[in-house]
Amino acid sequence: MDLSIAAFLTQDGVTNGAIYALLALALVLVFTVTRIIWIPSGEFVAYATLTLAGLQLGKPPGTIGLLVGVAIVAAAVETIATARRGEWRRLPRRLAAWLGIPLAVAAIVWWAAPLALPLAVQVALTLAAVTTLGPLLYRIVYQPIADASVLVLLIVSVALHFALTGLGLWFFGAEGSRTPAFTDASFQTGQLTFSAQALLVVAASAILIGALYLFFGRMLYGKALRATAVNRIGARLVGISPSFAGALTFALASLLCAFCGVLIGPITTVYYDSGFLISLKGFVGAIIGGLVSYPLAAAGAVLVGLLEAFSSFWASAFKEVIVFTVIIPVLLWRSLTTHHHEEDE
Amino acid sequence: MLVFVVALLAVPIVAPPFWVTLGNYIGLYSIVALGLVLLTGVAGQTSFGQAAFVGLGAYTTAYLTTRYGASPWLTLPVGLALTLVVALGLGFITLRMQGHYLPLATIAWGISLYFLFGNLEWLGGHTGMTGIPSLSLAGFDLKDERHFYVLIWGITLAALWATRNLLDSRPGRALRALKGGLEMAEAFGVNGARLKIIAFVYAALLACISGWLYAHLQRFINPTPFDLRQGIEYLFMAVVGGAGSVWGAIIGATLITVLKQMLQDVLPGILGRAGNFEIVVFGVLMILLLQFARNGVWPFVARLLPRRRPAPVPDAPPLPTRERTHDATRPLLEVKGARKAFGGLVAVNDLTFDIRNGEILGLIGPNGAGKSTTFALISGALPLTAGAILFRGESIGSHEPYKIARLGIGRTFQHVRLLPQMSVLDNVALGAYLRGTAGVARSALRLDRDEEARTRAVAAAQIARVGLGEHTFDDAGSLPLGKQRIVEIARALAADPSLLLLDEPAAGLRYLEKQALADLLRSLQREGMTILLVEHDMEFVMGLTDRLIVMDFGEKLAEGPPEAIQRDPLVVEAYLGGVA
Amino acid sequence: MKSRSLQAAFAAALFTTFAHAAMADITIGVTLSATGPAASLGIPEKNTIELLPASIGSEKIKWIVLDDGSDTTRAVTNARKLISEDKVDVVIGSTVTPNSLAMVDVVAEAETPMISMAASARIVDPTNPKTKWVFKVPQNDSLMADAIAVHMKANGVKTLGYIGFNDAYGESWLAEIKRSAQTAGIKVVADEKYNRNDASVTGQVLKLVAANPDAILIGASGTPAATPQKELVARRYKGKIYQTHGVANPDFLRVCGADCNGTLLPIGPMLVYEQLPDSNPIKKVAGDYITKYEAKYGKDSRTTFGGHAWDPFMLLSKAVPEALKKAKPGTREFRAALRDALETTTVVGTHGVFVMTPQDHNGLDNRARVMIRIDNGKWVLAK
Repeated sequence: MDLSIAAFLTQDGVTNGAIYALLALALVLVFTVTRIIWIPSGEFVAYATLTLAGLQLGKPPGTIGLLVGVAIVAAAVETIATARRGEWRRLPRRLAAWLGIPLAVAAIVWWAAPLALPLAVQVALTLAAVTTLGPLLYRIVYQPIADASVLVLLIVSVALHFALTGLGLWFFGAEGSRTPAFTDASFQTGQLTFSAQALLVVAASAILIGALYLFFGRMLYGKALRATAVNRIGARLVGISPSFAGALTFALASLLCAFCGVLIGPITTVYYDSGFLISLKGFVGAIIGGLVSYPLAAAGAVLVGLLEAFSSFWASAFKEVIVFTVIIPVLLWRSLTTHHHEEDE
Repeated sequence: MLVFVVALLAVPIVAPPFWVTLGNYIGLYSIVALGLVLLTGVAGQTSFGQAAFVGLGAYTTAYLTTRYGASPWLTLPVGLALTLVVALGLGFITLRMQGHYLPLATIAWGISLYFLFGNLEWLGGHTGMTGIPSLSLAGFDLKDERHFYVLIWGITLAALWATRNLLDSRPGRALRALKGGLEMAEAFGVNGARLKIIAFVYAALLACISGWLYAHLQRFINPTPFDLRQGIEYLFMAVVGGAGSVWGAIIGATLITVLKQMLQDVLPGILGRAGNFEIVVFGVLMILLLQFARNGVWPFVARLLPRRRPAPVPDAPPLPTRERTHDATRPLLEVKGARKAFGGLVAVNDLTFDIRNGEILGLIGPNGAGKSTTFALISGALPLTAGAILFRGESIGSHEPYKIARLGIGRTFQHVRLLPQMSVLDNVALGAYLRGTAGVARSALRLDRDEEARTRAVAAAQIARVGLGEHTFDDAGSLPLGKQRIVEIARALAADPSLLLLDEPAAGLRYLEKQALADLLRSLQREGMTILLVEHDMEFVMGLTDRLIVMDFGEKLAEGPPEAIQRDPLVVEAYLGGVA
Repeated sequence: MKSRSLQAAFAAALFTTFAHAAMADITIGVTLSATGPAASLGIPEKNTIELLPASIGSEKIKWIVLDDGSDTTRAVTNARKLISEDKVDVVIGSTVTPNSLAMVDVVAEAETPMISMAASARIVDPTNPKTKWVFKVPQNDSLMADAIAVHMKANGVKTLGYIGFNDAYGESWLAEIKRSAQTAGIKVVADEKYNRNDASVTGQVLKLVAANPDAILIGASGTPAATPQKELVARRYKGKIYQTHGVANPDFLRVCGADCNGTLLPIGPMLVYEQLPDSNPIKKVAGDYITKYEAKYGKDSRTTFGGHAWDPFMLLSKAVPEALKKAKPGTREFRAALRDALETTTVVGTHGVFVMTPQDHNGLDNRARVMIRIDNGKWVLAK
C-alpha cells in the first residue's frame, strides 16, 4: 500500500464515516430525549434518497402516499385524544398541524414531481416530505407508549423498521437508485485526488454537528429538549410538553436522516433495504459516544468508516468480521471508562 | 401445564401434517426464546446474538457428521462444549459492558459469526452444507417429521421445566435482583458479574441445542438462518410473548410463527397479488400489540388462568445460623480516624466512634454533614481514603459489600429497593442468599427443594418477626411505603446479621408508621440486635436511641446520650445557627 | 347391480365432495424470493407467473405462489406446506441456490418433482436418488463462465481479476471462473468480495487496480453490480470489464449509465431476441414471452429472471400430457410419471433448447448463451 492508496482509503473512510456520523447524531438525539433506540432511522435515509430519485425521474414518489396515510391516522388519533379530554377548542389547531401540514407538503410534492424543477428545489421537497414523516410516526407509534421500558421501545422500533422496509419495497421496487451529484468537480494535489462531492459531505456533516451544538446549547427549544432528556417529569412541571419534545426531536432527527440520504445518493446506490446496515453503523458510532455525547458519536462513526475502508482493502471477504470484531474492544474500553448510572427499569 | 402437554401430543396424531412442520419450528424457536427469557427478561441483558449460537450448534454437528461421519448424538456434546467456551469468552468481554454497550456487542459478534460461517470454505461457505444425516435412536431412523416433533418438544418441555425451576430458586431470585439494581443485589451477597455470565452461557447452550436439532431436521444448513435478522426475531418472540415468564417464550414463538403463516395465506386474497405486504402488516400488528400489551401477551393469558394459590410456607428447620462469639470487651464496630476524600473535597474527616454491642446508635447532623458517606463507608459501598473500620476486630474498610454482608452486617436503603413484582416472601428470601448454597445446576434439576424450604421458612419467620405476617404473599410493590421499609428490615434480618445499618428508615413515613417502626427496633434490640441509625427526624431519634453521634462538615461534633446532645450548645448552633 | 352402482355413485359423490380441487386439476406450487436480498430476481419471476396460462390442454391448473423472502428456512417451510397441505403435483422454486438446495431433501422424500430457478449446478449434480427429482432451468454458471473464458481468450486476455458478492452467487461464480480460466490458460490474479448493500467498494477496487489485470469480472446481480463498475471507471481502469448474466435487467442499465459502455457479458438469448436470426427457434418463444411481459409491465422491462419462470411452464406443457397418460393428477403415480416425463423432455424455452436426460437435469447447451455488449444503454449482440 502506498501513500496514494492510503489517501484514497482515508478519504473514502472519512466520507462514509461522515455519513454514518449524521445517523449517529440522529440516534443520539432521539435516544437522549425519548429513550428510543431508533432503528428505522435507516429507512428514512433510504426513503430520502429514493424519493429524490423518483422526483428526478418525474414520478411522484410513494413517500407522499405514506405521508397522507400516516397523517390521516395521526389526525384520527389526535381527535380521539382531544375528545377524551374534552378540549374541543384546541382541535382545529391540532388538526391543522397534524393533518394540514402533511397534506400540504404531499400535495406540493405531487404537483411538483412531473415538472423538471432544478435539483435544489427537488432536494428541498424531499427534505420536507421526509421530515414531516418523522413526527407523524412518533405520534402514532411511540407517543402512546412513551414511558415504556427501553426494551419495549426497541422492539417497537424493530417492528416499525419491518413495516417501513416492506413499504419501501412496494414504493421503490427492489432495485436501487442513485441521485445526481451536486458537483462533479475534483481537486488534485500532487498524487492525491479529492472529489468535491466527498468534501461536501464532510463539510455538511460538520456544519450540521455545529448547528446541533448551538441549538442545544444556546436556543430555548434545544435546552427544553435537553431538559426532557434529563428528567421527564421535571420538564413537564416547568411546562415543557414531553409529546411536543418528542415530536420536535423526531422532526430534527428525520431532517438529519433526510440530509444524509440526499448526500449519500450520489456516492452510492441506495436500495429499499440499504437503510438498516447504514443505521447499524451509525448505531455503532452512537454507542461509542455512550448514546450521550455528540462529538464522540461522530468520532466513533468516522472510526467505523475508516475501519471499513481499510479492511475492505486488506481482506474484503472478512470486512464485516473485522469491523465488528474490532468494535468490541472499543466498546469495552468505552464501557469501562464511562461512569455508569444505574437505570431504573 | 398438563393441558398444554396433552394438546401438544395431540397435534401429530390428529392435526394436518403441515401443523407438525410448524410445530417443529415453533419448538425450535421456543428453546432459544427460553434462554432469552432468562437472559433478557429476567436478568435484563438484551442480546441480539442468539442466532449466532444456534449457528454454532448447527455448524458443529453439520461439519462433524458430514466430514467425519460422526454420530449426531456425539456431536451434541461437542457442540455444547464449543458453545460453552465461546460463550464464556464472549461473556467475559461483553458482560462487563453495562447499559447500552451490551446489545451492540451482541449485534457485533452476531454479524461477525455470520460472515465467518459464510466465508469459510470448509463450512460450505454461503452455499451451505448438504447431506446432513438425520438422527436415529437405537436403529430407529427419525426421518419422519412427526418423530422429530416428539423429540423437539420433549427437549423443549425439558428446557421449560429446567428454566422454570431455575427462576423459582435461589439463583433465580438473585437474577431477578439484578434488575432491581446491582448495588442492592451485591449488598446481599449476589455476585452480579458471575450470575450474568451464567445466564448468558445458559441461553447460549439452549441456542446450541436448537441449532443441533435444526441441522438434523432440515439436513441442510447455510448461514442465512443464523444472521442478525433472525437474532432480532428471537428477541422479538421473547418480548412479544412476555419476557418475564417462561410461558412467554412459547407463546411468543407460536404467535409469531403462526401469524406469519396466516398472513401469507390470507393477505394475497385481500390485498391482491401485486405486492408483498406480509411484512408490513406484520410490523403494524406488532406495533399495535405492544401498544396494548407492553409486557407481552403472557400477562393477559395468565389473568385468564386460575390463579395458583401460593405454596404455603413449609414447616422446615431453619438454616444454620451465624455463630455469635462476641468479645464483650470490644465494641462491635469501631470507626478509627475514617477519612473519605473525593478529589479535593473531604466528605468525612478523621471520624472516630464505636458502636457497642446491643445498643441503638443514632448518627445525625445537618445536610451535607457526611452521614450518608459514613454510612456508605461502613456498608462497603465506598472505599476508605484513610483510617480504619473494624468489625469485631476485623478490618472491613476495603471490603466489598458482599463480604461485609457475609460478616454479619445487614442494611436497608434510603430509597426502598424492593422488587415490586415479587412477593414479600421472595423479597425477604433474597436476604438469606448468603446462607444458602444452591447453585444453577442443582436448582435447574430441582434438587434444591430442601434448602429452598428452609430458606422460605426463615423468610417467613422474619416477616412474622417484624409483624407483617398477613402480607407474606402480597406483591411487595402493593404495600404502602412504611410497610415496604419494614419489609426491607425483614430482608436485612433474613441474613442473620449482628449489626443492622438503617439509612433514614423513617423518611416519608406517617406518624403511626413511625411508631410501629420504633416499636420494632426496640423489640429487635431486646432480642440482642445492634443498630446504627442514620436519621434526620429528631423526634424519632431522640426517643429511640441509646446514644447519638452528631456530625458536621464531615467531623464528629458531639457524642453522648440524647438528653445531653439536645442541650449541647455546639449542636444547637450547628442545626439552628444560633442560641435557641 | 343396482345397489352396486348406487354404491359407486354414492362413493363418487363422497369422493368429489371431499376431494381437493387438485384431484381433478393440476396443482402447481411455486416458492420464490419476492422480498429480501434476492427480490430483484424474484419479483420478475412472480410477475411472469402471473402471465402463465391457467390450463395445459384441457387440464385446469391451480397455481399457488408463496414468498420465501430469500430465507432457507422459509423456503423449506413453504415447500412442506405446498406438498402436505396443498398437495401439489410439482414444485417450482426457489429463486436462489441455498433455498433450492435445502428443498431437495423435502421434495425427494415426498416424491414430488421440483423445477428450480436457481443458478448453481449443485442443485442437480451429481445424479443420485434425491436429485433425480430435481430439475433446473437457468443456465449453469459453468456454461456462462466458459463463454466468458472463451471470449477472453479470443481477445488476448492473460490475467483476470474478480470482485463478487459475499454470498452464494458470488461464491459459485468465483469457483466457476477459476475453473474456466484455468482451462483457457488465464490466471486469476486478484479476488475481492463485497456486500450488496455496501456504501463503497473503494478498498477492493484499489486493490484490483493495483494488480492491473487485463480484464475484471464482476460476480454480482442486479443494480449492486454497478457499484464496482462505476468505481473502476472512476479509478480509470483501462482493461475489459465483464459482468455476469445476473445483471440483465433495465435498472442495472439505468444505474450504471455511461460507465457501462463496452461492458461484456454472457446472457440467455432472450434478452436480445430481436437481434437473433429468424432461423433461431428461441427467437419465437422468447418473443412471445417478452411481448406478453412488456405489454403488462412496460416497455423494456424485460429481465432474464422472468424467463426462468416461463421456462418451467414450457417444460411442463410438454411433460404433463405425457404424465396424464399414465396417472391422474394429485396421485403419487402422477408425480412419478411427471418426473419421468420431465427427464426425457425436449422443448424450446426462452433461454435455450432444453434437452433433458436422466444424467442432465438442466438440458441446456451452448445455444443457451450469447455474448452481448452494453452500448449506450442498450444490450447489443457482441461479435
